[in-house]
Amino acid sequence: MSHLQLTNQLAGKGTPLRDRIFMWLLFLSLAIGVFTLAVLLTYVTIKGWPRLDIRLFTNMPSVRDPENAGAQSAITGSIWVISFTALVALPTGVMAALYLEEFARPNSRSQRFIEVNIQNLAAVPSIVYGILGLAVFARALALGQSVITAALTLALLVLPVIIISTREALRAVPRNIRDGSLALGATEWQTAYRQTLPAAIPGIATGTILALSRAIGEAAPLLLLGAVSFITFNPDGVLSDYTTLPIQIFNWTKDSREEFQVLAAATIVVLLLILLAMNFVAIWIRNKTQKRW
Amino acid sequence: MNQPNEITMHLDHALSARGASIPPETSDPVFTLDNVSVYYSDYEAIRNVTLPIGRNEITAFIGPSGCGKSTLLRSFNRMNDLIPGAHLKGTVAYHGTDIYGPNVDPIEVRRKVGMVFQKPNVFPKSIYENVAYGPKVNGTKGNLDDLVEECLTRAALWNEVKDDLKKSAYALSGGQQQRLVIARCIAVKPEVILMDEPCASLDPLATAKIEDLMVELASEYTIIIVTHNMQQAARVSDRTAFFTAELDENEIRHGRLVEFGRTRELFSSPTDPRTEDYISGRFG
Ligand SMILES: Nc1ncnc2c1ncn2[C@@H]1O[C@H](COP(=O)(O)OP(=O)(O)OP(=O)(O)O)[C@@H](O)[C@H]1O
Ligand SMILES: [Mg+2]
Repeated sequence: MSHLQLTNQLAGKGTPLRDRIFMWLLFLSLAIGVFTLAVLLTYVTIKGWPRLDIRLFTNMPSVRDPENAGAQSAITGSIWVISFTALVALPTGVMAALYLEEFARPNSRSQRFIEVNIQNLAAVPSIVYGILGLAVFARALALGQSVITAALTLALLVLPVIIISTREALRAVPRNIRDGSLALGATEWQTAYRQTLPAAIPGIATGTILALSRAIGEAAPLLLLGAVSFITFNPDGVLSDYTTLPIQIFNWTKDSREEFQVLAAATIVVLLLILLAMNFVAIWIRNKTQKRW
Repeated sequence: MNQPNEITMHLDHALSARGASIPPETSDPVFTLDNVSVYYSDYEAIRNVTLPIGRNEITAFIGPSGCGKSTLLRSFNRMNDLIPGAHLKGTVAYHGTDIYGPNVDPIEVRRKVGMVFQKPNVFPKSIYENVAYGPKVNGTKGNLDDLVEECLTRAALWNEVKDDLKKSAYALSGGQQQRLVIARCIAVKPEVILMDEPCASLDPLATAKIEDLMVELASEYTIIIVTHNMQQAARVSDRTAFFTAELDENEIRHGRLVEFGRTRELFSSPTDPRTEDYISGRFG
């Protein structure tokens, strides 16, 4: 290669037109996504700005007094629901993944059947989980429209995602760690429990947080499950009535009064901040623990 | 081009001082392989190996890549059991008991027969926890401080790490990690230590340390080492098994044991021309 060609290539010249068009298309796609998000964020922030204050957190919703209404019951409701979702989904999902990855016979027919089903479940629309939750938890188990019904339903919703990301995290633990443990006379269970699982925790944490941040933004299944949209008290137990941030937002945006529109925008900002914070934590964990082998 | 004479001369020089005291025949074998063949599903990776492993001796497995050295090594502690489809024919007798017999628990075998891998595979835990792991999973209760110190000392690592026991094992150099793996291995008090190219990823200085350590440990343990390094085999081992991979009548490659004997003799006067070609560097 001549000196001239080399400098041309370093300067990015001489790239075929076709490649450059393709690059621009890729960039454009990215720009559309980022631009939309930026517009949305700016819009709700500006709109909600007048009501983005402490009252949002200290006051309860009110139909008569939109000037002083807050979203406290929705914030606490979301925290209750998501905490119990995590409490149910995390151990179940991790144990299921551990079984599939470390103990089940690989490539057996039943294994493949389960695998395809988990992939499919991850893609099932959330409203379908709402119907399931309504039939099973609310009606058949008579849990009614309670925090626990919502948590169990959302747990089912995030379970496939937790299983899939946990399996990926387990698979990323190198074979030679397992071999080292087994060669010392550890059983497969000891190896899974004391080596593979701890080594996979960062990946599991990241996957779980991302899955839960999806659940915290869900409104559709909870609407079906009868999250009560107007609640002026915080949940006091798993059988308590509740509302959540997305439900509260949905309810306010239905109201035509301008004050409620502003209130909804402010609450959206709160929800978005919670989501961003969760994603930030996930990224932080991932970066902090990256590549030890 | 290699000068065969020069290389054999070099190996002569390397031959271990221990060699002189080794009896011509293995009198007190820890392991006796009888017609052992190891398969991966239908593929016979190594065929009909018959071989004794002498107590407190260092036995080296040498031979070209793919001749089944690692495969055979893993059959001494049933690590092949973990590979789906792998199975074995013949008998691997440990003090007269077939370790593939119906009443043998592979976990028990692995406690007696430890293993050091090619790439140092320390656990993502502290140095202390790495050494204490084996005893812990084997049910040892109570304070392990003394045991940890003893094993690290035996592995010639104690002086370098005694102030950093709580630090991650990943902070150690490759050579230190490999010595930690050896310490971890002897913490379970095995009788035999298998080493699969333990120095392949180390620099010459770290390699020399591990070799010294092996010779040192041989007074207490029986060691089997796979190596691609002729000098290493000559320097540390008492007996050497030379394997090669050859096509059979159906044009399928199988690993075979070509020659087994005292390292001294195998290197200075090999009986098989294939051994001679290999150790003098004329082999691919
Ligand atoms: N897990 C496995 N599944 C199927 N075949 C395997 C497996 N491991 C090894 N083999 C095959 O068995 C034969 C022997 O492999 P092995 O790793 O024992 O050779 P080796 O002598 O240790 O080679 P090297 O010196 O390169 O480490 C090779 O043909 C290899 O392809
Ligand atoms: Mg090998």
